Amino acid sequence: MSTKVYMEALSPTMEEGRLVKWLKAEGDTVKSGDVLAEVETDKAVMELVARGEGIMRKHLIPEGATAPVTSLVGIIAAADEDISALIGGAAVPAAAAPVAAVAPVAPVAPVAAAPVAAVAPVAVAPTPPTPATPAAPAADGGRVRTSPLARRIADEQGVNLSGVQGSGPGGRIVKRDIEAAVTSGSANLVAAHAPSATPAPTPRRVAGGPEFRDEPLTQIRKTIARRLAESIGPIPTFYLTAEFDLSRASEMRTAAAELGDAFKVSFNDIILKATATALQQHPEVNAHWLGDKIRYFDTVHLGMAVATDDGLIVPVIFNAEQKRMSEISAEAKALAKRARERKLKPEEFTGSTFSVSNLGMMQIDQFTAIINPPEVGILAIGAIEDKVVVGADGGFEVKKKLRVTMSCDHRVIDGAVGAKFLQTLRRLIENPLLMVF
Amino acid sequence: MAIITYREALNQALREEMARDDRVFLMGEEVAQYNGAYKVSKGLLDQFGEMRVVDTPITELGFAGVGVGAAMVGLRPVIEFMTWNFALLAIDQIVNAAAKMLYMSGGQYNVPMVFRGPNGAALQLSAQHSQAFESWLAHIPGIKVVTPGTPYDAKGLLKAAIRDDNPVIVLEGEMLYNTKGEVPEDDYIIPIGKADLKREGEHCSIITNGKMVLVAMNAADQLAKEGIRVDVVDLRTVRPMDIEAITASVRKTNRAVVLEEGWELAGIGAQVVDYIQRDCFDHLDAPIIRVHQVDVPMPYAKALERSAKPDLAKTIAAVKKVMYVD
Repeated sequence: MSTKVYMEALSPTMEEGRLVKWLKAEGDTVKSGDVLAEVETDKAVMELVARGEGIMRKHLIPEGATAPVTSLVGIIAAADEDISALIGGAAVPAAAAPVAAVAPVAPVAPVAAAPVAAVAPVAVAPTPPTPATPAAPAADGGRVRTSPLARRIADEQGVNLSGVQGSGPGGRIVKRDIEAAVTSGSANLVAAHAPSATPAPTPRRVAGGPEFRDEPLTQIRKTIARRLAESIGPIPTFYLTAEFDLSRASEMRTAAAELGDAFKVSFNDIILKATATALQQHPEVNAHWLGDKIRYFDTVHLGMAVATDDGLIVPVIFNAEQKRMSEISAEAKALAKRARERKLKPEEFTGSTFSVSNLGMMQIDQFTAIINPPEVGILAIGAIEDKVVVGADGGFEVKKKLRVTMSCDHRVIDGAVGAKFLQTLRRLIENPLLMVF
Repeated sequence: MAIITYREALNQALREEMARDDRVFLMGEEVAQYNGAYKVSKGLLDQFGEMRVVDTPITELGFAGVGVGAAMVGLRPVIEFMTWNFALLAIDQIVNAAAKMLYMSGGQYNVPMVFRGPNGAALQLSAQHSQAFESWLAHIPGIKVVTPGTPYDAKGLLKAAIRDDNPVIVLEGEMLYNTKGEVPEDDYIIPIGKADLKREGEHCSIITNGKMVLVAMNAADQLAKEGIRVDVVDLRTVRPMDIEAITASVRKTNRAVVLEEGWELAGIGAQVVDYIQRDCFDHLDAPIIRVHQVDVPMPYAKALERSAKPDLAKTIAAVKKVMYVD
């Protein structure tokens, strides 16, 4: 019984991999689960694992060579098995190459596929009752797969197709699925949705429950999205800049550091903590744009941009709103270190719901950051400087000032919504004591 | 109503039309003395004499051409080919003479004639003698093509073909000649270009013609036992095709399987699928599936021949697939 070894998709965005080193030489005995090789993906060096057992009979690509995902790179077989036919074998269908390690991709819009898959540690997106057919993504290139008839019936009955689970091949929604949805009352009726540009705050998530809710796009939201995207490109971005007073944060930091090394935190840690807290109070900016809907998260997976020698990478502090400042500080430090060493696992740099980028340590006063889709916002943190300002008594004072610029995806975040978030963030950063409450 | 064979039904049609109109005559290999290779013309020589039931040499192109000429000057010939595999030799007279004459003579000469004979595979007649030519013939503007699948349709369509003022091709089947069915003794014709809903259901449409009608009916019986009720649309005429009957059925069932005896590429089924996608796009709940002969010359070996032909099992599987069961 032979096993073909394929270049697997070891990260959600990986299209090809460079075989850094074969760890099983030709002739070595291989057990299922053994690490066969190290593979460099677009983000990190990963392990390629055996999916069968036998003898590592043949390496089909040499060390250092690059191969596209799903291509054949080696053969595991019994010692005396004739493998000549296998070597000539063409590349397999993509489906045959398991998407390694990452959780099964939930049937959601493709933009979100990667991040959702990677949030494996937390509750995975709940899917409606599992269909008989294997769950392939219901959406394909932003498109829900339906039979023409199902689409027509859904239109006539006002059923929102994005809420219907398809039971046909590849998740295709067919007539019976619409009928079932209508009969069971689970149909998400388009008409039933009143416009709700600013969603009501949601109660805290119940443990094990879904960690987000999907809001179908209202007409006004769709129009805003279309018009603004036409105006400025794929993501209609606008920018909000605010200058925060860091005096109290600075005092707190100094006071904490005096208590011992365990309490030393950086300004960046304070900003991360404040951002996570503010995001929890503003789920309307803690969201993903999914093309046909907006996904609002009840928990904060905070991405932090880290510069490495190879380029930018954004590791994620998961459930940041639930973590204390010392935890965030430790985690941020560890993630940054591992990022520079290129040791991050894919699940550590995918799944963020909002990101922060800090160039303050490089003496940048203020900048605008590029949104990391499908997120809808990112904070750009500038340098902290002492500035002379007009004090409360009309005299002059020296204050530590920080400029923060938020890039907002206007399809989701309107100006006032972004501004309110920044107001909350200002309140927290200027009064760090509030983070304790 | 009398139950007779398909063979007898054709014989009745010829006899009635020859009695009704003395311009009608039958010509072909062994149609007279031998009563026909498949006995379709049994007794006609005795009744109508050798001026109207004419044995020919083995010269398909020749006697097809004589037929075209006779039709042009006012007779109504019925040309029998021993099989349509042999009619390939006469294809120039069919395609270039019979089909084109009315058009190219500016309406001066019409060609009221019938070309008929068994079409498609029987059993173990191998690659050269097992071919279904519906799509070849239906491709040509200027001729009509009928494919009766039952004795009743055979009689009604052959009579309609003989009375038609244009060249009409009648595709029969060796495996059909012995099949039996109810056939009225009185005069009736079945209009050319009208399909027949042979079975009424609501879950899926099987659209078919000719010999495959029997396969479709068997499939309908089997599927009914599993609670799947299908429409069986017998096209009966493949040119001109009854688009309205096809689309009405698919609009009702939302699913279609197209079953034909011949090969896949440019087959009759391809045209049916095209009509459906054009007219019923928003009614489809599944892609249409075609069932047809495997894309090879018909094998002689029994097992291989069986697996190359479209059959009951393939038809049932196709219906289940478009139903999203299995």
